[in-house]
Amino acid sequence: MTKERKTAKKESMFRLTFERLMRNKMAIAGLIFLGIVVLMALAAPVIAPYSYEEQDLFNTLKGPSGEHIFGTDNLGRDIFSRILYGGRNSLIIGFVSVGISAVIGVVLGAVAGYYGGKVDMVIMRLLDVLQSVPAILLAIAIAATMGPGFKNCIIALTVSSVPGFVRMTRASCMNVQGLEYVEAARSINARESRIIFKHILPNAISPIFVHATMSVATAILTSASLSFIGLGVQPPAAEWGAMLAEGRNYIRGYSHIVIFPGLTIMLVVLSLNMLGDGLRDAMDPRLKN
Amino acid sequence: MERLLEVQHLKKYFKTPGGMLHAVDDVSFHIEKGKTVGIVGESGCGKSTLGRTLIHLLESTDGKIYFHGEDITHVDKHKLRKLREHMQIIFQDPFSSLNPRMTTVETIEEPLRLTGRYGKEEIRELTRKMMETVGLDERLYHAYPHELDGGRRQRIGIARALILNPEFVVCDEPVSALDVSIQAQILNLMQDLQEERNFTYVFITHDLSVVRHISDEICVMYLGQMIEKCGAKELFENPLHPYTKALLSAIPIPDIHVKRNRIILKGEITSPVEPKPGCRFAARCPYCREECSIPQSLQDMGEGHMVACGRVKEINR
Amino acid sequence: MESKELLLSVKELAVSYRTSEEIVRAVNGVSFSVNRKETLGLVGETGAGKTTIAKAIMSILPDPPASVDGGEILFEENDLLHMPEKEIRKIRGKKISMIFQDPMTALNPVFTVGDQIAEGIRIHENVSRKESEERAKAMLEMVGIPSSRYGEYPHQFSGGMKQRVVIAIALSCNPELLIADEPTTALDVTIQAQVLEMIGNLKEQMGTAMILITHDLGIVAEVCDNVAVVYAGEIVEMGSKEDLFDRPAHPYTNGLFAALPSLAGDQKRLKPIKGLTPNPANLPEGCKFWPRCPYATEECRQENPGLREIGPGHFSRCTRKSQEGC
Repeated sequence: MTKERKTAKKESMFRLTFERLMRNKMAIAGLIFLGIVVLMALAAPVIAPYSYEEQDLFNTLKGPSGEHIFGTDNLGRDIFSRILYGGRNSLIIGFVSVGISAVIGVVLGAVAGYYGGKVDMVIMRLLDVLQSVPAILLAIAIAATMGPGFKNCIIALTVSSVPGFVRMTRASCMNVQGLEYVEAARSINARESRIIFKHILPNAISPIFVHATMSVATAILTSASLSFIGLGVQPPAAEWGAMLAEGRNYIRGYSHIVIFPGLTIMLVVLSLNMLGDGLRDAMDPRLKN
Repeated sequence: MERLLEVQHLKKYFKTPGGMLHAVDDVSFHIEKGKTVGIVGESGCGKSTLGRTLIHLLESTDGKIYFHGEDITHVDKHKLRKLREHMQIIFQDPFSSLNPRMTTVETIEEPLRLTGRYGKEEIRELTRKMMETVGLDERLYHAYPHELDGGRRQRIGIARALILNPEFVVCDEPVSALDVSIQAQILNLMQDLQEERNFTYVFITHDLSVVRHISDEICVMYLGQMIEKCGAKELFENPLHPYTKALLSAIPIPDIHVKRNRIILKGEITSPVEPKPGCRFAARCPYCREECSIPQSLQDMGEGHMVACGRVKEINR
Repeated sequence: MESKELLLSVKELAVSYRTSEEIVRAVNGVSFSVNRKETLGLVGETGAGKTTIAKAIMSILPDPPASVDGGEILFEENDLLHMPEKEIRKIRGKKISMIFQDPMTALNPVFTVGDQIAEGIRIHENVSRKESEERAKAMLEMVGIPSSRYGEYPHQFSGGMKQRVVIAIALSCNPELLIADEPTTALDVTIQAQVLEMIGNLKEQMGTAMILITHDLGIVAEVCDNVAVVYAGEIVEMGSKEDLFDRPAHPYTNGLFAALPSLAGDQKRLKPIKGLTPNPANLPEGCKFWPRCPYATEECRQENPGLREIGPGHFSRCTRKSQEGC
């Protein structure tokens, strides 16, 4: 019972969370892999052996070799280099769109959950409209109206993933707000903003974190679909999903074209999910230290 | 004696898909300063709703609430903030009544900080004193709720409620979730604090032996209505309402030599949604007659012993 | 009393829960026995290990993290702890059944209550669908629910009624032993009175032995024949109901009685037991109760006193010679 740290200074929730996360081997593995991918994508101009658009038409569709470790594609571009450069686009699209939609979604969801009634009605019905269109179709529609491109791709993805965050946050907040400490906060005159942001949200946020990490994965995949139909990142710029799309015609004979970008997406998504799970566990204060 | 709080014909209804749920239906009583009024009843009788309505955590549907003789039924935001410093609540569940992400100190000092009237030093000093008063060790300053046992958590809940020195405290089943040996510690603490600072308690519980121990006066509720009200001793020695009789007879007593005539109630509890007029206990009452279908009101049977039963004289002859 | 026939005997049972950080010693060498047709009350506070004992008897401890570290549980002279799962399944639910605390979660919301009772009968007794339905209806009537409600779903029942259904399920195969874990804690007093009376009547009719787990000494006084008081995973006092209520010997038992607010009394203040229940991951040396015991001596801190017979069939885990004046 008596642990020494109780007598010591207060430890912030953030540090406790971090310490607990560090004890979770799966989460660390995910974090490390993700870190490496991000670093490599950032350092692409330095470490990439070739440019992402440099074509070598004499060496198309070559399998992995010393020269091209992941081989080359149908235009003779180095797949390894394209994965590195593509990572910049894919990861930025994934993280930025999820980041923005998470912030919007959490605020809207918390407000809808806390106030209920008409506010909730209006927000939720608007979302119903958004959600009655499949996310991918919505993204396509937005990208099509605004024109293809990197920025519009992010906007399209952001809009299509907001509803998920709102619903998640709303449900989670409604669970927490039935608890007595929220009532206690009201009885001691806490302002509504304080109740929402200090008492409700911190205790409702962990499932949202998990949802966010998994959404990054979805966003990367959706952006791939957009690229696939030509509404995403425009060639010759590299993007993982686009690489998959472009390689689909050669999948029988030259499967390495899709295997490497596919594997990258898979591993990134996997490590995001492992990190998400680890975060959820680490953020639960009820779990033992 | 000064009347600290008085309610008249208080009602609180909730909208449900099946119609209006009469959680609190026409309840009137008053509390004198420094006293404890116990409110007993079984789950769903509206006792917690009543407690929350008294301190404006829920808005009443109808009726009047007076505090120090002043009508506080409808107050604006500003006034409510003031009022709440004088009216506090201690919750039942020491597990859900504390924010799991706040330490002991953060929880206890929050009411002080929210008033905006205290300096940093003052807050620290008052918090330290309060922790000492409720028997929380200094080394628990920075502990999170999940590191503490139920008794200690309840002490934190009590400290939070009492740190602003409220006059009036609603205690909503404050010891129901605690083990017997800890329950006694907390009850003693609450009594000591009352003696020391002249707090006025409304003590809501389903545990009759606890309410007997701590209350001066007891109100018995059944499906939103108050059916009996009198001094604590009187209620246990001379219960008049058939429901109170059954309730008292049903308590298991830790003594193997007491043989009692247990009244086993038959029938199901009627629904509090759109209830029919008349006695709500009628469906389970062994003395039920046709005349019980007219509304019953509290009548004085002498020395302030109030009962809501039309047949009370016949039954208790 | 008629001749006693031993039904269940638990010997030196020890159970712990292991996590990566700590070992929680939930049950530490518990021995007791239950005779046919008798009711044993296991009394103790939260975390004393009562439910763990019950789950060990039912062989439903979650493993991991729980592990049985020793002892034996003899049911009709067969050791349940060393029985293949297949054999246990024949006993569990048929010869030994259990009622859990919360009737709200013990029933499956998508099946009718009647089917849930009939299912148990069909599994254990190999009877036709028709016959199992007949018997389920009879069980419903027995626990005071009209058999016309056979086809209703759990949400159509009140808490007390659900607990009756749970009891009907538990008793449907005429078990030899019924383990009831706080069967009425979630119920209101008046409903509790109904359910307790019903359990008492049924026991009488069917001759079932029972282990009743509770924290409420009032219920013990009413229902049990024998009582074992559990503290920190050990039995600290055990004896007949008369022994326990008229001649409580262990300071903890005395403390429990003293801490109760009395219905009749005009006590000004309650007498709580000082301190807190020990953390089962970090139990004190010696007698587990010494840090809270008003009579603790140096000896108590060093050595855990064994159960001592202080009267015929009355055991106490305390070295104090004179128990007067507690």
